[in-house]
Amino acid sequence: MVITGLRPGNGPRRWNAARRKTTFEDGTGDFRRLPGAGPVRSVGRVIEVRNLSKRYGGTVAVDELSFAVRPGRVTGFLGPNGAGKSTTMRMMLDLDRPTAGRVLIGGRRYRDLPEPLRHVGALLDAGAVHAGRSARHHLLWLARSNRIPAARVREVLELTGLESVAGRRAGGFSLGMSQRLGIAAALLGDPPVLLFDEPVNGLDPEGVLWIRRLMRGMAAEGRTVFVSSHLMGETALAADHLIVIGRGRLLADTTVPEFIEANSRSYVRIRTPQPERMRDVLTEAGIPVRQAADGALEAHGAEAAKVGELAAAGGLTVHEVGTRTASLEEAFMRLTGESVEYRAGGADR
Amino acid sequence: MSTPADAVRAAIAAEWVKLRTVRSTFWLLLLAFALSVGLAHLIGLTFADMKPDPERPFDPLFAAFYSLTLGQLPLVAFGVLVMGGEYSSGTIRPSLAAVPRRGLFYGGKLLAEVPLLLGFSLVTVPVAFLVSQAALGPQGVSVGADGAVEAMIGASLYLTLITLFSTGVATMLRGSALSLGVLLPLLFLGSQGLGNIPKVKTVTQFLPDQVGMVVMHLTGPPGDPRFGRPYGPWTGMALLALWTAAALLGGHLALRRRDA
Repeated sequence: MVITGLRPGNGPRRWNAARRKTTFEDGTGDFRRLPGAGPVRSVGRVIEVRNLSKRYGGTVAVDELSFAVRPGRVTGFLGPNGAGKSTTMRMMLDLDRPTAGRVLIGGRRYRDLPEPLRHVGALLDAGAVHAGRSARHHLLWLARSNRIPAARVREVLELTGLESVAGRRAGGFSLGMSQRLGIAAALLGDPPVLLFDEPVNGLDPEGVLWIRRLMRGMAAEGRTVFVSSHLMGETALAADHLIVIGRGRLLADTTVPEFIEANSRSYVRIRTPQPERMRDVLTEAGIPVRQAADGALEAHGAEAAKVGELAAAGGLTVHEVGTRTASLEEAFMRLTGESVEYRAGGADR
Repeated sequence: MSTPADAVRAAIAAEWVKLRTVRSTFWLLLLAFALSVGLAHLIGLTFADMKPDPERPFDPLFAAFYSLTLGQLPLVAFGVLVMGGEYSSGTIRPSLAAVPRRGLFYGGKLLAEVPLLLGFSLVTVPVAFLVSQAALGPQGVSVGADGAVEAMIGASLYLTLITLFSTGVATMLRGSALSLGVLLPLLFLGSQGLGNIPKVKTVTQFLPDQVGMVVMHLTGPPGDPRFGRPYGPWTGMALLALWTAAALLGGHLALRRRDA
């Protein structure tokens, strides 16, 4: 089966141009549908999580979490498995009741949004479809529940490349097709806010690229896109902003460039039989050095050529001089490492 | 702008789509119809062959409704799947994300289910009656016979209420398997021989399926020491309505209080 990819350049726009734009009026909690209005680059706090906590018995899943998600950009929600991402997203949709704190979407609780699918589209668990019901009928009951015209079902099937399998029972869908159906459901109400929980889990590279482009396209239209993941690398490619949590607590709330700047500076790695003298030479030249676990030296803030020249000037033997970049994945592991260790010893969830 | 009435209509419309787009709805209702009508025919034929006994007068309405004790089982399974299927397939989350007010979601489900059940019962029960009376031959009675219409209305309400009761139980227990495990023994407990043991009967005669038996003429002639009941037909139906209300209320509280 061939699934045609969504072209974000014209796909969502073409579809959206025919419809009224959905905009969000900052601060008032008022969603308005203005005919012909362009995307609004609001900096409002569309999703506001305030002191949110969730305990299951004695286990703390989410611990005093506070952050805001703004429109017009993709916000990545990062954390290791079991950090509380899914629990937080379920509380955003009022599926789980917080032990303390609250989530406001456009200034209102989710349950107070009239016809919520027109405000918030969510992909939580792509497998949550009755195995015996066709994709078209799954979308149809969702549409009926929020008084969305049935014609919209065909539009989102087309948008997600599912037209050819729309009449097939969802139980026979591959993981990729299920994810597309989940995304079709999220887009059904043309909502200004989109929540995706681990949307690329189990997808092939083509599917991952498709979802990344879709999310970027939606954010470019001025929508608020909030996407959870436990993969730093993928999130760095898709997101503009990052919320990192571990053990249910906020670890970082930063932009992706800031995160990369702070965590993945490149350095020069040197292997030499004379590490003490090498270290002295570099330190004299004002280059900070640290010794790696395997005995090699890591010089920060200098180019490999400069390090080589200094070694030659000092008459030192070097076996290797090369530039390295700490991967984002390593930076992420470092940031969340403590919480993972703790979790491995304690109960999950 | 949407009004509360729009919201209710939308919730019902969504649940109606769910009901009509899974095969189990069609097959379970078909099975319930086939069992009720088919057995009514066979039971009618059986009694037609028996010699009338002046000591124990025969009630032709018994032959019309006895098959419903079996025909109700697919309906109970249907009632369970209406809500249990949401939990087993995981659609409870998209359902509640679409309709976050849980009372509205639950009410929409029940209001979509009730007309289907009433319509089904109001067809199945009269057909079972006509088929059984035809099979009884000369012993059969017509629709105009004393109490026939009353019993048919009672039987139709019984089937509707026992199915709604099952939906309430499945909502409380949040799943199909456990609910059927609880409901099927419960429904067999009174109707099998166990229910005729006097000490057991004092309790089982108040179980949800048993309280509907009087209106369907399944408890023998009034005052029968073995099958008779200390309540009348419509008191029995009122008791069933109470059982159903309690199960639905329990389901509502479970749905409201627990995480999806």
